[in-house]
Amino acid sequence: MTISGWAEICLVLALIVLAAWPVGLYIARIADGERSFLHPVLGPIERGFYALAGVDPARGMAWRGYAVALILLNTLHFLMLYAMLRLQFYLPLNPDHLAGMSPRLAFNTAMSFVTNTNWQAYGGETTLSPGSQMWGLTSHMFVSAATGIAAALAISRAFAAGGMKTLGNFWADMTRIVLYLLLPIAVVGAIVLVALGVPQTLATHADATTLEGMKQTISLGPVAFMEVIKELGTNGGGYFNANSAHPFENPNAWSTMFEAWLVFLIPIALTFTFGRIVKDARQGYALLAVIGIFVIAAIAIAYAAEAGGNPLLTALGVDPAQGNMEGKELRFGIPLSVLFNVITTASSCGAVNAMLDSYMPLGGMTSMFLIQLGEIVPGGVGSGLYGLLVFALIAVFVAGLMVGRTPEYLGKKIQAKEVKLAMLAVLILPLAILGFAALSLVVPAATASLGNAGPHGLSEMLYAFTSATGNNGSAFAGLTADTPWLDTTIGIAMLLGRFAFLIPVLAIAGSLAEKVKVPASSGTFPTHGPLFVGLLCGVIVIMGGLQFMPALSLGPLAEHFTLLAGKTF
Amino acid sequence: MANAFRPAFVLVVLLTLLTGLVAPLAMTGLAGLAFPFEAGGSLIEDHGRIIGSALIGQNFTGAGYFHPRPSATTEPDPKDASKTVPVPYAADNSNASNLAPTAKALIDRVKGDLASAGPAPVPADAVTTSASGLDPDISPENARRQIARVASARHWPEDRVAAIVAAHTEAPFLGFLGETRVNVLALNHALDRMQAP
Repeated sequence: MTISGWAEICLVLALIVLAAWPVGLYIARIADGERSFLHPVLGPIERGFYALAGVDPARGMAWRGYAVALILLNTLHFLMLYAMLRLQFYLPLNPDHLAGMSPRLAFNTAMSFVTNTNWQAYGGETTLSPGSQMWGLTSHMFVSAATGIAAALAISRAFAAGGMKTLGNFWADMTRIVLYLLLPIAVVGAIVLVALGVPQTLATHADATTLEGMKQTISLGPVAFMEVIKELGTNGGGYFNANSAHPFENPNAWSTMFEAWLVFLIPIALTFTFGRIVKDARQGYALLAVIGIFVIAAIAIAYAAEAGGNPLLTALGVDPAQGNMEGKELRFGIPLSVLFNVITTASSCGAVNAMLDSYMPLGGMTSMFLIQLGEIVPGGVGSGLYGLLVFALIAVFVAGLMVGRTPEYLGKKIQAKEVKLAMLAVLILPLAILGFAALSLVVPAATASLGNAGPHGLSEMLYAFTSATGNNGSAFAGLTADTPWLDTTIGIAMLLGRFAFLIPVLAIAGSLAEKVKVPASSGTFPTHGPLFVGLLCGVIVIMGGLQFMPALSLGPLAEHFTLLAGKTF
Repeated sequence: MANAFRPAFVLVVLLTLLTGLVAPLAMTGLAGLAFPFEAGGSLIEDHGRIIGSALIGQNFTGAGYFHPRPSATTEPDPKDASKTVPVPYAADNSNASNLAPTAKALIDRVKGDLASAGPAPVPADAVTTSASGLDPDISPENARRQIARVASARHWPEDRVAAIVAAHTEAPFLGFLGETRVNVLALNHALDRMQAP
């Protein structure tokens, strides 16, 4: 680890918080339907959308109505993407005449993008046309991100006041988030990325003749605009197979810092949005503190693991000064590779600028563990905030058990119904991750996909279902993912991780919204101080993390110790 | 449910048109006007012929050129499409080795590359594959160790080659943002241009 490396890391983290604060307050305003500086331009488009859709944006929806609207829109969107991928050959903007996807790969890919996972069982530049990347994948990145943010807004509103019957209007939330938040940042961000070297063209490739006279076909495409929403919406699906490690997605240190900043911008901003919606900014700061503790600890562990290099290679005569460079790009070095990969796995982005499969065991485990915590520190856009709130409810419940009082969070009494629903949501994660991973490790059709042997093979499979269920989308990419077994089971894990978690959470919101707000008394457990921050961190580690320790012991931890003993597989 | 169908359907269509068609096409046009070189892939031309992209590495094997990092990219086997063959720096199929730090295949590959890499300690980037397989850069130390070979193949004094390497070494901005690196294609292109004025 070097001082200049930490300086790079701290600079990016500081710039994130600095920008997230005003953006968070801005999100609270547009969520309320207030006018912003963009209304003179985009206001007519917003009203046009409502008119065509037959929507009254002022009419609130009860939680069931909100959930039905959310699921219906996402179902239609899933079907549309499935059709687009299957019919790619017949659709325009496909100059290389690429064939449509197989049914199982189209199912997996459509599920992946609808759930904001962006798991890449396909190879971007070799299987998808510029058209499919644009109206297929890019548009889904906007809509799935907006879906998550809308749900987070709905749940935040449940804490705002007492006796509410509704959580807001889903159609208006979606429209406003896309028009006033995601699209403007994406437009500006795309220009920045192009200026830094990211292509944005309808050409699919350029044919070069190298200095040694060989042919080199260089894949191109409308990359920049997809790249920016891929980060901003914590989506993570790259235009190219190598994702953000590809020089065209991420040409230099500037672009990787900018992309890392984009990934965290909205998840961090939403903690400020939450503080504004519940009319107590300190509540948002407490959540931010919890996020900060996990993120900084994770960066420190992963940085230490990678910076020392691979002892097995050092023994052969490789200089460890550069760190573990297998699967890393020289222009990022260790600090920016580690920062980027921690940020994209702490959020549910899943973009990678270095290959996690080749990380040192503890470096790769850090990313895996961050996802297993439930993608909540800070997690994906929106989904991270509502996930963190579920853990906050469990934390006050635990605190209530210790002192024998009915727990409250933000003046709302947390009772059996909410705690049961919270546990239902939280238990989906280990069920899908451990269940599917265990099954896949005994099914020969699945183990044939493993790219590495020994404990690392177990890590590969565990990571795949961790990533899918957490809706992250990154991978230990040595795993051959496009097989009937994995396309199907990973598709189901993504579905469960997104919607089986979201529906109980919306039900909690509906139940809490109706409750009266109890004024704070001397017996109220304050949820903005260091005691609560510490308690919430503890609950996240114990409830979210500890159940994965046996599996992690067999995978990355076992690999770490065998590596120290000099054993290879 | 039924009354939610119209807004769901209409919004899916409108949002797809806006974010999947209008916006990306508008941005393509705008980017092409504002930054034509970058938007087109930073392609380098020499006498009207594209020799590569400033951002994408390419393979060099000749003794008179600086060599890039090893690359794990592949192409489909011309004899059997279900298999792949190694093709370093295949810029239409970015890929990494994805080998675990404990993989025997990794250790064996590095052992093989070390045999021709000169005295230990060897800079890590000289024997490890990058994440994209298209890394355009090498470390200054890696370049320094190749100067003697390049100079002797070109019958140039070593100082002359070393000066070109130094001119193509990019230092971190403000001393800490980014890594010190040498773009291999730019370096080799500079060597060629010096030879043929």
